[in-house]
Amino acid sequence: MSRRKLSRRQFVAATALSSAALITAPYVRGAHAAGKLSIGFWDHWVPGANKASTDIVNAWAEKEKVEVQIDYIPSQGNKNLLTIAAEAQAKSGHDILAMPTWWPHAQAELLEPMNDVMEGLIKQNGEPNGTVKYLGQSKGKWLAVPASVGSQIKGPCSRIDLMKQHAGIDVQALYPAGAAPKADNWTLDTFLKAAEACHKGGVPFGIGLGETSDNVDTAGAIFQSFGAALVDEKGNVTVKTDAVRQALEFYKKLISFLPPDAGAWDDSSNNKWLVSGRGAMVMNPPSAWAVAKRDAPQVAEQCWTHGFPAGPKGRYAPYLSYFWGTWSFSKNKEAAKSVLRALSQADAIEKMCVASGGYDLPCYEKLTMLKVWQEEGPPKGTLYHYPNPHNHQTLSIAAAPAPPKIAQQIYTQATLTKMCLRYHKGEAMENVLAWAEGECEGFMRS
Amino acid sequence: MADVALQPNRGAAQAARKRSSLHKMLKRKSTVAFLMTLPLILLIATLVIYPAFYALHLATLNKSMQRFVGLSNFEFLFRRETFWLVVKQSCIFAITAVVFKALLGFIIAHFVHNIPAKGQRKWRGMLLVPWVIPPAMSTLAWLWLFDPSYSAFNYTLSFFGIGPIPWTGDAMWARFSVILVNIWVGAPFFMIMYLAALKSVPEQLYEAAAIDGANWWQRIWYVTLPMMRNIIAITTLFSLIVTFANFDIVRILTAGGPLDHTHIFATWAFRIGIEGSDIPLGASVSLFMVPILAIAAIFILRDINKRGNEA
Repeated sequence: MSRRKLSRRQFVAATALSSAALITAPYVRGAHAAGKLSIGFWDHWVPGANKASTDIVNAWAEKEKVEVQIDYIPSQGNKNLLTIAAEAQAKSGHDILAMPTWWPHAQAELLEPMNDVMEGLIKQNGEPNGTVKYLGQSKGKWLAVPASVGSQIKGPCSRIDLMKQHAGIDVQALYPAGAAPKADNWTLDTFLKAAEACHKGGVPFGIGLGETSDNVDTAGAIFQSFGAALVDEKGNVTVKTDAVRQALEFYKKLISFLPPDAGAWDDSSNNKWLVSGRGAMVMNPPSAWAVAKRDAPQVAEQCWTHGFPAGPKGRYAPYLSYFWGTWSFSKNKEAAKSVLRALSQADAIEKMCVASGGYDLPCYEKLTMLKVWQEEGPPKGTLYHYPNPHNHQTLSIAAAPAPPKIAQQIYTQATLTKMCLRYHKGEAMENVLAWAEGECEGFMRS
Repeated sequence: MADVALQPNRGAAQAARKRSSLHKMLKRKSTVAFLMTLPLILLIATLVIYPAFYALHLATLNKSMQRFVGLSNFEFLFRRETFWLVVKQSCIFAITAVVFKALLGFIIAHFVHNIPAKGQRKWRGMLLVPWVIPPAMSTLAWLWLFDPSYSAFNYTLSFFGIGPIPWTGDAMWARFSVILVNIWVGAPFFMIMYLAALKSVPEQLYEAAAIDGANWWQRIWYVTLPMMRNIIAITTLFSLIVTFANFDIVRILTAGGPLDHTHIFATWAFRIGIEGSDIPLGASVSLFMVPILAIAAIFILRDINKRGNEA
């Protein structure tokens, strides 16, 4: 019986070839490659919006012969945050999990790098905005794939009639549908005068000062418009600066024109404020307008979503991004990456945006002119400027540019709105700054 | 030969003795009680003891949970102004709520006790409703009543020219609101416990006190209260533990605001641990309840034990 002997050189060459083939090969469905995939998506609050992502995933699963299980996890009661924490602790769970804003960085050590997925997506869809890079990248590594589902800009949503009547501002002329903004005069000074006029007219701006996301986001954008940051990108505490003082002075004036209970507002308060018809402006994605469309159509017909006012250091708007991450302990990483590619194709993104009534916002530069924002109404064109189609404002997030793990603490503890409230309640400026400095030093824990 | 012949019998006798001792052991009340409580013991071990030790372990790790840091997390907390604010508020919240729950429960229990037996059951059922509804649900209703902009209370008060009151927007009113809701939820528990204790006080004692010319206050002070002391102590301890560890009421009503002035241990631990992704520090905050409650438990249980020995 003849036996062919394998030389050491042949063995090494064969191993290297097969390893290279395995690494470079795209995800190809095979009898054993398919397997199972579990996905934890964010449970959309727009009725029917989940169906779009389910359909896209099911179509992919059918093509790839993968058994998929989708769980829709709500953010009410922070159920999604609890799930992320539990799965990170147990080192077990969904292969793909939707993570809001700060969580890719918070779980950076446990997430599978997504550079290979992102390279292709960036080529197709264009560059992601700066906030997504800040929240989704660490040391050149993409921690997760930006999700259009749940991502949003929390810009002003104004009442056309009330702004004209009380402040003499035509928001449709500032931000015309289908055209670039003509909003050079839309500055923080104009904004403050409008706030005062609307307050006098009995329809104050509905801007909260509580500790939840909507309140913090507005404060973040206004602070950034003054160039005010509590911690810089290198992690140095920069609380005691003129920029922070100016931002606090501005907020002190603004608070006197806001509803007296603004300190107790949560994320639903501004929605209720707009829908009840009591206010001339709120800072929110189109969800408030969408609720008004259903419950108070006469209010919805007068709503116009537009850009933030500019401050001395620029025009900033809060952008909150969701991500889809894959744990490093996931059992089917290649299938996860494959479905994330499918979910991030332009047509899939458009389908999900339409299903959400224009609420969802992709981060890629080529996808800010989808039809849904041009056509949604009433009034027609109300959402045209929602996705920042003319790059009129810098998209950012409160507490940036601090290193994300520190910024998360500033954001979660609502340090900005607390500072504004303390100063408004009569605490001396230097005491407020000293308190904030102490808080920021505490956030440096590693 | 005889020995050999006797061997099987001895074995059988031993086996019979063993069987009978096993039988006796199984017949013992304590063994039966242990076996019956074993599922619960296992459940508690899995759901309480293991997580408690895991929390201890977590509290000794650094923020990224990669390094053992001993008691550094506690040291860090002791230097934080907000932590001491939370300690103060937790004590104010728990003590005030428990005192008022006990007082209201005691008064209502007396009223219910004096209702004729026929209609008493209906009142008992109705008064238990706040305690029976899941607090997360009932607190949502309270949230709407206290809503910053659309408060039903403020609407009603406006007819009398009062308000609007910032129920959840001002530190003092927000503390008042969370304590009020906690009292509303918890008072029926005290009421039902005190009612049971009142029913077990022998009628002869009141008759003897009446013969001695005691007025209603003296009857309460010298008869009712001494007879209820143990149940009052146990109920207070139990309620103190539950109130200290409260989460849902504060979380739903104020989420700790305004300016952290209603945060208690559990809500602040959640803010830090889950929302702030600093699980070790969150675990340290929640563990800080343990020594406070342990001291309270030692004093109260020692007192009960002492009275038991005296009796």
